[in-house]
Amino acid sequence: MTTPVLPAPPLLAGGRGPLSALTLQVIGAGRRGTGAHEELLRLAGARAADRGPVLEDDDVQLALFLLYGLYYGWLGALGDDLEWDLELLQVRQLFERLHEAELRELAGTVPAPEPTARSVAQALFDLTAADDGPSLARYVARRATTEQALELLALRSIYTLREADAHSWAIPRLTGRAKAALVEIQADEYGSGHPGSMHSVLFATTMRGVGLDDTYPAYLDHAPAVVLASHNTMSLLGLHHRLRGAVVGHLAAFEMTSSIPNRYYRDGFARLGYGEEVTRYFAEHVEADAVHEQIAAHDLAGALAEQDPSLVGDIMFGAASSLAMDALVGRHVLTAWEDGRSSLRRPLTAGPV
Amino acid sequence: MPQARPSVTITAYPDGPLVVRGDVDLRTVDGEPIPHRDGPVALCRCGLSRIKPFCDSTHKRSSFRAD
Repeated sequence: MTTPVLPAPPLLAGGRGPLSALTLQVIGAGRRGTGAHEELLRLAGARAADRGPVLEDDDVQLALFLLYGLYYGWLGALGDDLEWDLELLQVRQLFERLHEAELRELAGTVPAPEPTARSVAQALFDLTAADDGPSLARYVARRATTEQALELLALRSIYTLREADAHSWAIPRLTGRAKAALVEIQADEYGSGHPGSMHSVLFATTMRGVGLDDTYPAYLDHAPAVVLASHNTMSLLGLHHRLRGAVVGHLAAFEMTSSIPNRYYRDGFARLGYGEEVTRYFAEHVEADAVHEQIAAHDLAGALAEQDPSLVGDIMFGAASSLAMDALVGRHVLTAWEDGRSSLRRPLTAGPV
Repeated sequence: MPQARPSVTITAYPDGPLVVRGDVDLRTVDGEPIPHRDGPVALCRCGLSRIKPFCDSTHKRSSFRAD
């Protein structure tokens, strides 16, 4: 018997505005006939015509996150009837257009390297080195309180309890060397045949080790728009063949900005007194991502550029969008912490003091 | 007949680590096994890693260059 996994009650109760509330209503009903479908499509159309920014819009990002949830399966049986619902696909597309347009603007123009593996790998390493992003990681290493460290895990759980899934959408969309390279990275993410070594499982152990709930998506209601936008970006890129260059670039930048920050996270959790059970996830990523960034730069992105030189621009766009979303999330969290506030929509109640 | 593949490959990534793929037996000079992760392993060749013999990407913050 399959038990539908319902989102936490506060989420089901409200949404974050009319779009997400209606999306919840449609998904919660799991069938047609409530009138919510038509109303959602109408409101989404109006929101699309309005063209206002969406990356920090809680209502749009939650609605889009829920719509993508239909494909990841965490909505359980509730989502099955609606997975290929034509009206929900229309709604999703309206939000995606706004999201992609703003993402392209935010990512800016990145010079396209020559379409050789060597040049593309170098350009990706240069782009990510110039970003110098681990300020959030440095903060955790040196200054974060236990409560802040737990907030970080709660925020990261939106992606990391599902680590690697968003980029796996790209596997059937690639061929040849690039496909083999993506599968090599993803196989490693999924534990190289050992379920207990799956990165999502290691992260769940970390969450339990600090007293957090590792069910998915327990902290959805806590997660601010930018965190959902960050995950929606991956889903958007991964679920479109048109954007296969971008999802590859996204993964490359993701891997390239992971190894060194994870060392800081490990140091931070160790400083706060947590043992190996909690820090193992981070230590594993220091090592794993030092491997993955090489494969992603040369064998995945580099090879894809050689297979199809027309994708070089989108590879760089995907990399830049990964950095841009990381910067948005980092700025959100650090601003809140430096103001003495929680970075979550509501503070955590779980976890040791 | 397809050509037999070597059981272990070592790839030198430009300005980066040596990536070892396959079933490899890492040992200390005393013959003690060095525990390592499942999947491919990156070995430091810039000398700066804090987790030697493994790479931790520190080379990116150095002027290490190698083909």
